[in-house]
Amino acid sequence: MEIIFKNVTHAYEANNPLASLGLDDVSVKISDKKFTAIIGKTGSGKSTLVHHINALLKPTSGSVIVGDRTITSETNNKNLKPLRKNVGMVFQFPESQLFEDTVEKDIMFGPMNFGMSEEDAKSSAHDMIELVGLDEKYLEQSPFDLSGGQMRRVAIAGVLASNPETIILDEPTAGLDPVGRKEIMGLFKKLQMQGRTIILITHNMDDVADYADDVIVMHDGKIVGEGTPSEVFNDEKLLTGGMLTLPQSARFAQRLSQKRFKFDKLPITLDELSTEIKQQINGD
Amino acid sequence: MNKLILGRYLPGDSLIYKLDPRGKFLITFYFIGIVFLANNVASYGFLLLFVLFAVYLSKINLGFFLKGLRPMFWLILFTVLLQMFFTPSEHPIWNFGVLTLSKEGMVISAYIFVRFVLIIFVSTLLTLTTTPIEISDSIESILKPLKAIKFPVTQIALMLSIALRFVPLLIDETTKIMDAQRARGVDFGEGGLIKRIKSFVPILIPLFVSSFSIAYDLAIAMESRGYRDGEGRSKYRMLKWEMRDTVAAIVMIVITGILLMIRSY
Repeated sequence: MEIIFKNVTHAYEANNPLASLGLDDVSVKISDKKFTAIIGKTGSGKSTLVHHINALLKPTSGSVIVGDRTITSETNNKNLKPLRKNVGMVFQFPESQLFEDTVEKDIMFGPMNFGMSEEDAKSSAHDMIELVGLDEKYLEQSPFDLSGGQMRRVAIAGVLASNPETIILDEPTAGLDPVGRKEIMGLFKKLQMQGRTIILITHNMDDVADYADDVIVMHDGKIVGEGTPSEVFNDEKLLTGGMLTLPQSARFAQRLSQKRFKFDKLPITLDELSTEIKQQINGD
Repeated sequence: MNKLILGRYLPGDSLIYKLDPRGKFLITFYFIGIVFLANNVASYGFLLLFVLFAVYLSKINLGFFLKGLRPMFWLILFTVLLQMFFTPSEHPIWNFGVLTLSKEGMVISAYIFVRFVLIIFVSTLLTLTTTPIEISDSIESILKPLKAIKFPVTQIALMLSIALRFVPLLIDETTKIMDAQRARGVDFGEGGLIKRIKSFVPILIPLFVSSFSIAYDLAIAMESRGYRDGEGRSKYRMLKWEMRDTVAAIVMIVITGILLMIRSY
């Protein structure tokens, strides 16, 4: 599903002295079946933006088009289930949404709300628990007996179980150890390869460089940059404006370019960096 | 829930904001007490003028005030109508079974209406201009004499200030969990009563669980920073009673005097 934002403005607590602008006239297109990363400082409107995609928030003005549905300020709260079934959302610290007495029931909760039969939901739960890298024996345990990282995986499994076409991830790896982070990010990349749209909010620029196809840069409720990771990280205006930081490889390349190395374009992944260095050393 | 302003704090800067919170707290309760002294049109009018003047002094937009209290209006209307139709009278204008409409009933219900407005206005003015932490500080300082009868004032004050501090956090957590469950296909406020009540289980359990973990973390953090109990602590936030607070107290006494005069007039 393609997602299109058309002049979307969102004001919190409209008509009130406490009002604040979450989104300011945002127009952007998120491509189908691609891995899109949304980056920007804390409070730049990233979460507000993605909450519009499954109508948890509605635009104050403008419209959001998700597949064949259009969400405007007049959109009714009824009949949103088909939309939410297609747009899975993993919130920040999703482990806080677990509540059932077993892991299995918790994973089945979403699919069954969306009308899946109990047997299908059960088999889906069995598939998903393995997909997120946990053993089937965990299905019988209480989610509150698990470790933080395991709870996170169960929560992600619960979102994936209803088989959404679009998956929105709000910092899914915050607070995970490096190995866990790599596993989880690898899983999302794999899901994208299988034909799903992934939207990722993150502060980790290495993840952006390694996994994303497209990047959207936000600042003060506006979109200030768009493009491939390589385009965005080479954008002089964004860098000097302090609106983003570079991935480690690019920072290293910047330091190298002060000594005798020359890069036409900053290499943003470890692979790109090592190829470049190899070429330049051999070419000398 | 977002529309009601009763109990919320609105950042600002004016004379009312600067008053000592203890004084403000006591004055508000005192005022609610003397509202019941009023017994005729002139005295109610006088109190209403005074409250409007206080709102004016706070520099809070009167329109914002009225709009924020609109949800309370139905409660007031309900009480007023009950009073209006159930006041027995010797000379009813209209009579139907137990329902009576009379001049006395109308006058009494008008008084009740004004009383409600006065009380809601001053208490809203207190919470809009005083931060929760100031309120809990003033409760602690007002309750201090109760220490003499072994009432655990410091513990109560600590619990109160922690509770107040965590109200917005728990509200945020609630919205977050609600959103997460909505994204998993829960419909809140749909279906029959039983279904509606059931739909709150996926919010309440995570909320309790996270409250437990917050409480546990907070207790550990407090202990590791050297907290033993309330005894023998010094205070960082000192409340200061100034000239303007004395003036405010004197104004209240003057108002009581005037009110007593109008009352017996």
